[in-house]
Amino acid sequence: MKEFLEGSLAIAEVVRLCRPGVISAYPITPQTHIVEELAQIVADGKLNAQFVNVESEHSAASTVLGSVACGVRSYTATSSQGLFLMAEVLYNIAGMRLPVIMTTAARAISAPINIWNDHQDVVSLRDSGWVQLHAENIQEAVDLHLIAYKLGEDRSIMLPVMICVDGFVLTHGVETVDMPSQDMVDKFLPAYNPPYKLDVTNPLTLGPLVDPEFYTEARFALNETHKEALELIPKLTQEFSKVFARNYNGLIEEYQIKDAERVIVAMGSVCGTIKEVVDELRKKGKKVGLLKITSLRPFPANQIYEALKNVPKVAVIDRALSMGSFAPLASEIKAVFFGKPKKPKAISSFIVGLGGRDITKESIKEIFRLLTGKGCQGEFIDLKPELLRENYE
Amino acid sequence: MFGPLVCKPGSSRNNKTGPWRTELRPKFLKKDCIACNMCLIVCPEACISGQGKNTYDFDPDFCKGCGNCAAVCPKKDIEMVKEGQA
Repeated sequence: MKEFLEGSLAIAEVVRLCRPGVISAYPITPQTHIVEELAQIVADGKLNAQFVNVESEHSAASTVLGSVACGVRSYTATSSQGLFLMAEVLYNIAGMRLPVIMTTAARAISAPINIWNDHQDVVSLRDSGWVQLHAENIQEAVDLHLIAYKLGEDRSIMLPVMICVDGFVLTHGVETVDMPSQDMVDKFLPAYNPPYKLDVTNPLTLGPLVDPEFYTEARFALNETHKEALELIPKLTQEFSKVFARNYNGLIEEYQIKDAERVIVAMGSVCGTIKEVVDELRKKGKKVGLLKITSLRPFPANQIYEALKNVPKVAVIDRALSMGSFAPLASEIKAVFFGKPKKPKAISSFIVGLGGRDITKESIKEIFRLLTGKGCQGEFIDLKPELLRENYE
Repeated sequence: MFGPLVCKPGSSRNNKTGPWRTELRPKFLKKDCIACNMCLIVCPEACISGQGKNTYDFDPDFCKGCGNCAAVCPKKDIEMVKEGQA
């Protein structure tokens, strides 16, 4: 049924429909509305779950690690500094192969302290072993949660999945969302039935100390499983479309790419703005397009290659930095084409929208304008040089 | 794909850590013991066992020679002695 909903409330509602048995979270802006609503849902008896209040994100992540290890579907959500406080537990969750599902309201990292949206928090955690799916709008955020549970809990995968939603833009934005019914969700998502779990009658040790004899194979298997997830995601999105009648590729989305001469590569909510600009410029006869990356991990290198191999000029938008080096997404997109027979003439890299600075249609148009033959490397858009000075005096 | 992931618990029993011991080891004199159980409780390796007065002793396969048992004994009935001494 179509409803006019704030992103956070829509996410809380779809989590309820997934019937988790344990929810544990610590509030942090801009994730708070999600878990506040879930606490209310549990208190109102609309979901038979235990909501575990904790004293920190480290404990929230540890709680859901434990509950999924016990074979109970679980959920948590966080953002920014909270995600970093969870960090060591997140690597453990992935290494122990526990399908925890988490929403991350993507937000800037201190210092200076900033509560607004960019991608520095989630991109910094890209090597944690979690699957990372980036939502463009609220509908996609809702749908990716359903796909995330189905993917993570698949017995051949058993990986945690992080759904990245842009803080405020999606968590506090209000859109029309087609909310699924409980029957549809139950049809798509069966009860969690793990191949291993903690059980007093059949004791197991998870995440034990392993010496150099075994560690490499544990990490090798985790890496291989990401490749298997790359194969499974498009199959799951097909299954998804049969039940919910909405089509996703799940890995990437190609928008007006076929004959495009200039294409922007981006993740998250900025893709909506880019689509509008693409439509406007197309009306004026400009051959421009967008490649949206939904799955940052696993990274769909082959699909990206196929999508961009004939595009002469490519721009990659990063909303995060890898200090002292190339921008994170841009360096991966370039790596896709290294040593390949076909490639764009230039792959430019742009840094936009850090700490919640608005990415306007004008910002996007500026990027398309800068897409000349030369290419730009780590060019900041909308930078204010008047705030910068050489010496502190 | 899965690598080494879960194992049956209790594997630490197979991994004898006694050789990590410092130069000292406890000597249970078994003279004034009152079976208060304190040595058994404070042992961080849980390698002291006993039931009843003057029956307590340690398992050299796991004792690391920390000396907690000797320090806690209210009857000074445990001494730390050099490895090799009787």
